[in-house]
Amino acid sequence: MLYSNVIRERFRHPRYRGTLPAADASFEDVNPLCGDRIRIECRIGDGRVLEARFTGDSCAIAAASADLLLEHIVGQPVATVHGLELPALLERLQADIRPTRLKCVSLPLGVLQRALNGKAVAT
Amino acid sequence: MNLGELCRADFPILRRAVNGEPLVYLDSAASSQKPVQVIEAVQRYYERSHSNVHRSIHTLGEEATELYEAARDAVRGFVGARFREEVIFTRGTTEAINLVAQAIGRTLRPGDEIIVTEMEHHSNLIPWQMACRDRGAVLKAVSVIGGAYLDLDGFARHLASRTRVVAVTHVSNVLGTINPIEEIARQAHAVGALVLVDGAQAVPHLPVDVNATGADFYVFSGHKMLGPTGIGVLYGRREVLDTLEPAWGGGEMIKEVWIDRAQWNDLPWRFEPGTPPIAGAVGLHAAVEYLSKLGMDRVSAHERQLTAQCLDGLARLPEATVYGPINPELKGAVVAFNVAGLHPHDGAALLDQRGVAVRAGHHCAQPLMKRLGIVGTLRASFSVYSTAADVERLTQAVAALRDEF
Repeated sequence: MLYSNVIRERFRHPRYRGTLPAADASFEDVNPLCGDRIRIECRIGDGRVLEARFTGDSCAIAAASADLLLEHIVGQPVATVHGLELPALLERLQADIRPTRLKCVSLPLGVLQRALNGKAVAT
Repeated sequence: MNLGELCRADFPILRRAVNGEPLVYLDSAASSQKPVQVIEAVQRYYERSHSNVHRSIHTLGEEATELYEAARDAVRGFVGARFREEVIFTRGTTEAINLVAQAIGRTLRPGDEIIVTEMEHHSNLIPWQMACRDRGAVLKAVSVIGGAYLDLDGFARHLASRTRVVAVTHVSNVLGTINPIEEIARQAHAVGALVLVDGAQAVPHLPVDVNATGADFYVFSGHKMLGPTGIGVLYGRREVLDTLEPAWGGGEMIKEVWIDRAQWNDLPWRFEPGTPPIAGAVGLHAAVEYLSKLGMDRVSAHERQLTAQCLDGLARLPEATVYGPINPELKGAVVAFNVAGLHPHDGAALLDQRGVAVRAGHHCAQPLMKRLGIVGTLRASFSVYSTAADVERLTQAVAALRDEF
C-alpha cells in the first residue's frame, strides 16, 4: 500500500506538530528535490529530550515521519538520536516507500540530528 | 477522429500499463514522448551512418555530416530563422541559455542591468544570476500580477539605458501564460537591450516564427517537442552572433590554431565546440517533420481544446484550485492546480496509482511559487497525442483524491 494507515493517520492528526517558544535546540532544512521545509524544536533537560515539536509545509510522508520520530525521541537521552536510522523509521511508517520519496522520510531525521548535535552534554 | 486519437498509434510507449492501468501521460511539458518515426530515425542513423561529423573523410563521416546539417536546415525552416548560421545546436534549452549568458556576461560592466521575470524557469534565472554576480551587474525581475501575467508597466519602468539583456519565457511552464514577447522585444530594443526568449514550452505547442518575434536569441529543447533528449537549439540573430565571442572552446569551433592563439570558425560552428549531439539532431529532424506534417496551427488548436476541457473539469471540483490564466486562448498546453489539504507530491503519487502521470512540485520555478505563496502544484500538460479521454481520466482521478486522506 502506497500510503499506509499510519501515514494517513499521522498526517491528519499529528501529535507533535507545533512550536516550542522555549526551545533549547532547533534546526530547519529543505528537501532540495521538492522544496519541502521541516523545522524541529526541542526542549532539553538532564541530558534528555523533554519536549519536541515540528512545523513545515510538507507532504504526508515527511509529516508522518517527523511525527513518529518525535514521538520516539521525547523522553530519551539526547545521545539516542545518533543511533536512529532510516530502516527503523521506515518500519514504523509501515509503507512501501519508493526510492524517489526516501528523502521525504529522511529529511526530519537529518533535521533532528542536526538540531541535537552537540547538545548531548547539555543540562 | 481527432488529432490525439490519430497520433496515439505512433507513440509505442502509450500502449504500456502503469500500476495495472492504461498509461495516461500528462507530463509532456517536462518531456514529451517520442513517435516511432523519431525512434526509427535515430536507430537507422546508428545502424547505418554513425560517425563523427565535419572532418571525417570517409563515407560514413560524409553521411553523418549531411544528416547533421540537414537537421539544421529543417529546424531553420520550422521556426522561421532567416539563415542556417542562426541555428546553433546545443544539448538543450539550459545549455543554450548558459551559452548566451556566459558570452554576454563577459562583456557586462558593473552597474549594467539584466531583466528577468518572476515566472522564469530556474534555467532562465540562475545563469543570469551568475553572470551578474561575476561582473557586478544588477539583476531585476518583472513581477507576476494577478497570479498569471507579467506586470508590463513595471517592465517598462525597469527598462533603462543600463539594461543589457531582457530574458523572458514565451510560455510559462507553470501558469501556461503566453507572454507578449513581440511587444517586450520592441520595448527592450528601444533602449538598446538584447532579448532572449525561452521557447521551451512554446515551440512544441504553438506556431513560432523566431524572426517575427524580434528576439535576438530564442532557445528550445528537442525532448519537449517529440525529439530525443540531449539536443537543443539556440537561435541567434546573425548580426548579434557576429558580435559575440564564443562562450566555450574546443574542437570544431576553430579555423586555425597556434599554441598561443586561435582563429574562430564561422557561424554556426563557432558556438558548437566538441562533438555535437548528432543522433539528437537526426531525431529532432524527424520530430520537426512529424510536427510539420500535422501543422502547428492544428496542434495548438487541439491542445487548446484539451486545456479548455481540463480547466472546465477542474472548475467543477470545489477542492481544486487552478493557477494561471483560466482563458485557454491565453494559455499554453499546461494546467497547474492544487487539491485542498493535499501536498502536490502526495497528489501525484496517488494519481500515479491510477496510471495518471502528472508533474508535481515547484517546477523549477521557486520564485514564482513564492509569489503565489505555495510550495508547489500539480501540473497536467498536453501534447499532440493527448486525448479527451486522457483529460477525463485525470479529472475523475482528481475527484477521487478527496476520499484518499
